[in-house]
Amino acid sequence: MNITTAARPDAVTRPAGGAAAHLIEVLVSEWDKLRTVRSTWWALAAVVVFNVAGGAALGIVLPKTFNASQQASHRDPVQLALIGLHLSQIAIGVLGVLLISSEYTSGMIRASLAAVPSRRLLLAAKTAVLAVTAVVAGLASSYAAWLAFQAFVPAGSPMRMPLSDPGVARAFTGAGLYLGLLALAGLGLGAIFRSSAGAITALFGVLFVPSIIMQLLPDSWQNTVGPYLPMNAAESVYRVPQAPHFLAPWAGLGVLCGYAAATLVAGFILIGRRDA
Amino acid sequence: MIEASGLTKRYGAALAVDGLSFTVPPGQVTGFLGPNGAGKSTTMRLILGLDAPDAGTVTVNGRPYASYRRPLFEVGALLEARSFHGGRSAYNHLLCLAASNGIGRRRVAEVLDLVGLDGAARRRAGGFSLGMGQRLGIAAALLGDPGVLVLDEPVNGLDPEGVAWIRELLKSLAAEGRTILISSHLMSEMQNTADRLVIIGHGKLIAQAAIRELLASASGSYVRVRSPHASELAAALEARGARVTRNGDGTLAVTGISTDAIGEIARACGFTLAELATHQASLEERYMELTQDTAEHRSGARVAAAGK
Repeated sequence: MNITTAARPDAVTRPAGGAAAHLIEVLVSEWDKLRTVRSTWWALAAVVVFNVAGGAALGIVLPKTFNASQQASHRDPVQLALIGLHLSQIAIGVLGVLLISSEYTSGMIRASLAAVPSRRLLLAAKTAVLAVTAVVAGLASSYAAWLAFQAFVPAGSPMRMPLSDPGVARAFTGAGLYLGLLALAGLGLGAIFRSSAGAITALFGVLFVPSIIMQLLPDSWQNTVGPYLPMNAAESVYRVPQAPHFLAPWAGLGVLCGYAAATLVAGFILIGRRDA
Repeated sequence: MIEASGLTKRYGAALAVDGLSFTVPPGQVTGFLGPNGAGKSTTMRLILGLDAPDAGTVTVNGRPYASYRRPLFEVGALLEARSFHGGRSAYNHLLCLAASNGIGRRRVAEVLDLVGLDGAARRRAGGFSLGMGQRLGIAAALLGDPGVLVLDEPVNGLDPEGVAWIRELLKSLAAEGRTILISSHLMSEMQNTADRLVIIGHGKLIAQAAIRELLASASGSYVRVRSPHASELAAALEARGARVTRNGDGTLAVTGISTDAIGEIARACGFTLAELATHQASLEERYMELTQDTAEHRSGARVAAAGK
């Protein structure tokens, strides 16, 4: 082995660019990290497959099991087409958590921080790369669910829902954005917990448990606090007919943004303060 | 150049590093020694800004590590093996790190070749042996061709060929004027590789000096004398102020007098000298001597000295 050739001072040229150029370098690095582990592709494939399979399955089954009047009276075929969301939300949430928790569980974080000592820059780059990836995957899989559902519902069925119908495009867009925000909340919780199991438990605990508890509480609670619970805020975004006391769709999306932002802010504060 | 001044780090109730000050000069290999739990790894984490000190400062080439925008060009670090995601290939692992500092793919291929991992570049790093993992960590440290290297236990898990390779690599890098700090538990390896030592115990500095100086001041150094007239010679030497003890094999261990003077006394008194040799304490003996009081995990008085 030749020892010195590759270690000579002229072997590598140092980039001359300033902070902006460095930001792009760190973004490229984070994109490389995301795309070079299999779990990313498994999670993204799961998001698409669950949404498409859910939409297709109900598109096939419902016209056969519901009679014409049942089909006509169903309030929200959009929610049925998005049945896969129950599973795809788990896949994308796990993707967000793993993006940072796997760095801690594998020890990669030490190498990452040695290369990029500015921790908030590192987390900001992760956030940006994940946001783009998860929103694109969320929107694509959500509209893929619509396509799959539509493809199987017979032409004359009242369950067909062109995107031009009121609220339909908003609901599918909302579902995609919801998936993107869920991934970001996962990233924030991953940065807080630094363990995959802890962050995944927290993410889905916060998502599912409050809605279950709320059903046991008096109506007054359900009507005042209920709409702001993560799950209910999400439903207000991707359901077409608005349930009573639910938030308006975009207000619901705003609440979800608030939750994702809160976990990320906590993550940003902690990653800067704690020992790695 | 690495300069630590009054470095203190506390984890809960445990004081890991306690007012530690030392200097790692360029152009030499500096060995970082201390018993388990002495605070070596903690100190290295503090140098790299992974942990924040409770008091004191540490700078690399005059600046705190975290102030560097592309630190891979300044400092190459190997901290505790397995600082990589097992699902990534060796090539992709290095690519992710290189990209963050604006280092291109050609350099990634170069360092893989340099550490002898070019054949395994596309394999998932999770399946690597301990030695291959170490080589991958060293490749990462060399990415930016840095002037300072901080390596925690670099020979850990390497085969003899690998140990010899890293020894030559470090020596040649130091000869180019780079600053090199390596920790190791293998004293003999340090004796072969390092020019200088920083020894700590209980997070405090015990000694920092050139290996040569440390060994010269060791109490284990003596002159070994074998002679058919051992008893008479011993008396004659003691009369001249030397301290003489008998080794188990009948030879004399003489201190406080030079070999020249012993030879001269023997000639003057007409004693035959069968052997006259300087016995230099090994680094291991000197190290045990220095850290005797501070070893955190003592495994029965002499077992630790005899082993390794």
